[in-house]
Amino acid sequence: MILHTVNKSPFERTALESCLDHAQPGSAVLMLEDGVYGAVAGSRVADKVAQAAKDCKLYVLGPDLAARGISQDKLVAGVGVVDYGGFVDLAAENSSVQAWL
Amino acid sequence: MKFGILVNEGPYQHQASDSAYLFTKAALEKGHEIFRVFFYHDGVNNASRLAVPPQDDRNVTQRWSELAKEHNLDLVVCVAAALRRGLLDENEAKRNGKNADNIAEGFRISGLGQLIEAGIQSDRLMVFGD
Amino acid sequence: MSDEMMDEGGKVKKFLYLNRKAPYGTIYALESLEVVLIAAAFDQDVSLAFVDDGVYQLCKGQDTAGVDMKNFSPTYNALGDYDITKLYVEKESLEERGLSVDDLMDIVYEDEDDDWAEKPSIRLVSRTEMAEVMEQQDVILSF
Repeated sequence: MILHTVNKSPFERTALESCLDHAQPGSAVLMLEDGVYGAVAGSRVADKVAQAAKDCKLYVLGPDLAARGISQDKLVAGVGVVDYGGFVDLAAENSSVQAWL
Repeated sequence: MKFGILVNEGPYQHQASDSAYLFTKAALEKGHEIFRVFFYHDGVNNASRLAVPPQDDRNVTQRWSELAKEHNLDLVVCVAAALRRGLLDENEAKRNGKNADNIAEGFRISGLGQLIEAGIQSDRLMVFGD
Repeated sequence: MSDEMMDEGGKVKKFLYLNRKAPYGTIYALESLEVVLIAAAFDQDVSLAFVDDGVYQLCKGQDTAGVDMKNFSPTYNALGDYDITKLYVEKESLEERGLSVDDLMDIVYEDEDDDWAEKPSIRLVSRTEMAEVMEQQDVILSF
């Protein structure tokens, strides 16, 4: 399955929305750079993200969260946190990688 | 695992080059192989030898050059994108009648075929962009 | 992941070029097309996907004289000559933008297995079908 990556804020671009509309059950989605804002609970995209977390494996890149001052306890339930090493593992574990720029 | 890395944006303007660098470093630390790092679109600006960024922050170009030297990485800058944006090595400068070249150490200019080859030969192609 | 076929010792992979941005406002559409043309020389299994604003790249009647930029839309018509015949266009992306396939260029290829009959390269697919196309690829390039 694909590892999808989303690096822009869902309030700036439609990349996250489009990604989640295309990610098949069992695929993985990693939010990095400004994309980490998509994982914050209580936002207007949080429901869509929570819904996606039921079928897909969602992750945020921890260092990008920390850089932006977002604490890990503010995330939508079901979103995992990985570091760059974890990012590498995700890329290796999935069969291909698709960037939503 | 063999990784190909595509960097679509220039240094500082976007985080793409940073993310690509930190991913590449992590992959190497885990014992993976980096087949090639290919710089396209404004990504070619990562190869400028003339950048003088402020001392209190990371030096994106130098960081790539150093990583390349340490791990024998192949950093390739797309010739078409580079010419368009004024990134020239000695050969291209001569060929195009320009009085200077500006490619940093560790980077080489080559064709888009190198990107396709990276896609074919790598197990995973990672794209970092805007 | 699809099986890799060995072709005279070379690998053949399924390459997908993902286009999600409009033309002219940024260089991504033009420069991604340049990659596609170079890629043609490598005998891989190439598809192009047009999703979200990427569908605008295929609009017919592009006239760039007033903005003094090169009109590169004719290049899409040349793709057939390079054996690139799979241009997947997402239906929902068109509809969301008030467009239909009639607003797009008539891009064709000549099928050598069918007496060189002219066939459309544009394959209109639903979002669900596009997701399936994506999952089938080995390498996905985004710009």
